[in-house]
Amino acid sequence: MRVLSDMWTMTKRSLRHTTRSLDTIITVVLTPIALMLLFVYVFGDALETQTGPIDYVDFIMPGVIIMTVGSGIAYAALRLSMDLQKGIIGRFRTMPLAPSSVLSGQALSSTLSNLFSSALVLVVGFLVGFRAYAGVEGWLWFIGLLALFTLATTWMAMFFGLLAKTPEGAGAFAYILLLLVFLSPSFVPTDSMTPLLRGFVENQPITPIVETMRSLLTQGTPGEDAMVALAWSLGILVVFYTLALLVYRRREPVPAPQ
Amino acid sequence: MSNNTGHHAIAVEGLHKKYGDKVVLDGVDLTVQRGSVYALLGPNGAGKTTVVNILTTLIKADGGTARVGGFDVATEPAKVREQISVTGQFAAVDYVLTARENLVLIGELRHVPNPRETAAELLDRFDLNDAADRRLLTFSGGMRRRLDIAMSLVGDASVVFFDEPTTGLDPKGRTEMWETIEKLADGGTTVFLTTQYLEEADRLADEIAILHGGRIVAHGSPDDLKTTLPAGIVELEFVEQEQLAAAQSALDGHHNVSRVDSKLVVATTGSVAEMADLFVRLRNTGIEPTRLTKQTPGLDDVFFKILEEETEDSYASSQ
Repeated sequence: MRVLSDMWTMTKRSLRHTTRSLDTIITVVLTPIALMLLFVYVFGDALETQTGPIDYVDFIMPGVIIMTVGSGIAYAALRLSMDLQKGIIGRFRTMPLAPSSVLSGQALSSTLSNLFSSALVLVVGFLVGFRAYAGVEGWLWFIGLLALFTLATTWMAMFFGLLAKTPEGAGAFAYILLLLVFLSPSFVPTDSMTPLLRGFVENQPITPIVETMRSLLTQGTPGEDAMVALAWSLGILVVFYTLALLVYRRREPVPAPQ
Repeated sequence: MSNNTGHHAIAVEGLHKKYGDKVVLDGVDLTVQRGSVYALLGPNGAGKTTVVNILTTLIKADGGTARVGGFDVATEPAKVREQISVTGQFAAVDYVLTARENLVLIGELRHVPNPRETAAELLDRFDLNDAADRRLLTFSGGMRRRLDIAMSLVGDASVVFFDEPTTGLDPKGRTEMWETIEKLADGGTTVFLTTQYLEEADRLADEIAILHGGRIVAHGSPDDLKTTLPAGIVELEFVEQEQLAAAQSALDGHHNVSRVDSKLVVATTGSVAEMADLFVRLRNTGIEPTRLTKQTPGLDDVFFKILEEETEDSYASSQ
């Protein structure tokens, strides 16, 4: 299939961009790792009492991974936005490619590189005492959900990257995602929150995803939020895939016409 | 080959494009013969790039039709893209990749049988072998431009667009670019180029169209366009300013005479009767010019004459 082969060609191109700026991967993993260490070693003792039978480092691991993805996809938005300012996209647009292959290549390569970043963060987690109780099946579910979530949020990132006028503005939306991570049971259980806040927290997408990931890692089973988590991820994917392509098609070619 | 356009590689009718309130194209008509070189000539901001962007499916026209390679750019853009390649004003290259990777990338996307082999041939042809595996960040402007063109030649498109191909190039780069375009044309490829340089259009094009005020104001072969001008321009030089003034007043009213710098310029049809009349009148003044030359008009004269007329027209109509 021509569309698939074009998509793979574009993915290889984006992966080359990533592997040629490995410093971005380090930047992506550094903040979540620092935050993980801060929570474990500084707040850990105080918060441990609230997480019940689960070790605090095990409790926060899904949230730390989602933060990693959040900063990783900001780079996908940045790269796309920078690409759009260069002439090469104009060349692609005059070539017989599916318009989606330019974006899909970026999305796939972002998913792959974010899985790599997440693995790095997990390794550091293991070093500071994180232990998973998932079997092979549990891990596969975890990786699958993480990949789907990353793919979906990458499309969201690219949508904002396409809307942004400058590469600097392209990554700004990542702060919203970061805020959602903190307004979720990623670092503290929801029990201690005010009713109003809890109402929001329990109905925003990050919550079921964090809960499902935690359940998979600590118990090896998806838990009761799995379907909601899947539905949110698929919903985000479909909506932003459509929106991103719509904006991409409508965007005037660069450089601007005289 | 499509039946609809016959031997035309490009056929454009009544093309309109507006940006906000600004009309950029106001009914452009043009046809390009298969295998010919067509130059769209015009000053900066005339809308040349807009025409190229519409023909290469990058933007949509507000009105009119355009067919490239037999296919409608608005309704069959995918078919058009199979036929064309484009070299724009800005190098359309990937700066993170090496020269070879750039060429292989385009080869893979164009589905040529052997992308690596095609890349190697083009690296050789464009004298990029030594830098083939270096990233473009280290390339000079001229090298990037050469790679840009090499990338446009991957996959042998039947219609190749060049948007101001020599803008910003040094004389050596310009000559190389001209040779590349000539070679392409010799191979039967249709070339559509835009330029601000008359010399370039004169040298390369089989047909030239002048775009001004959103319309094609003149078109034809370089020689056709030159014949729209007076065939004989006579330039007269004098020792004294008074002599020049006297000669001018003697000729005024009988000939199309104007003063350019320290010369008197007389535009004639080149006919013997008109020339004879000119010289008789000049002899009757008793003034002897220090220098007398007859010029054949160049494309520059055509270009400036047309732009002058157009500007006067639009000035008159806005009064």
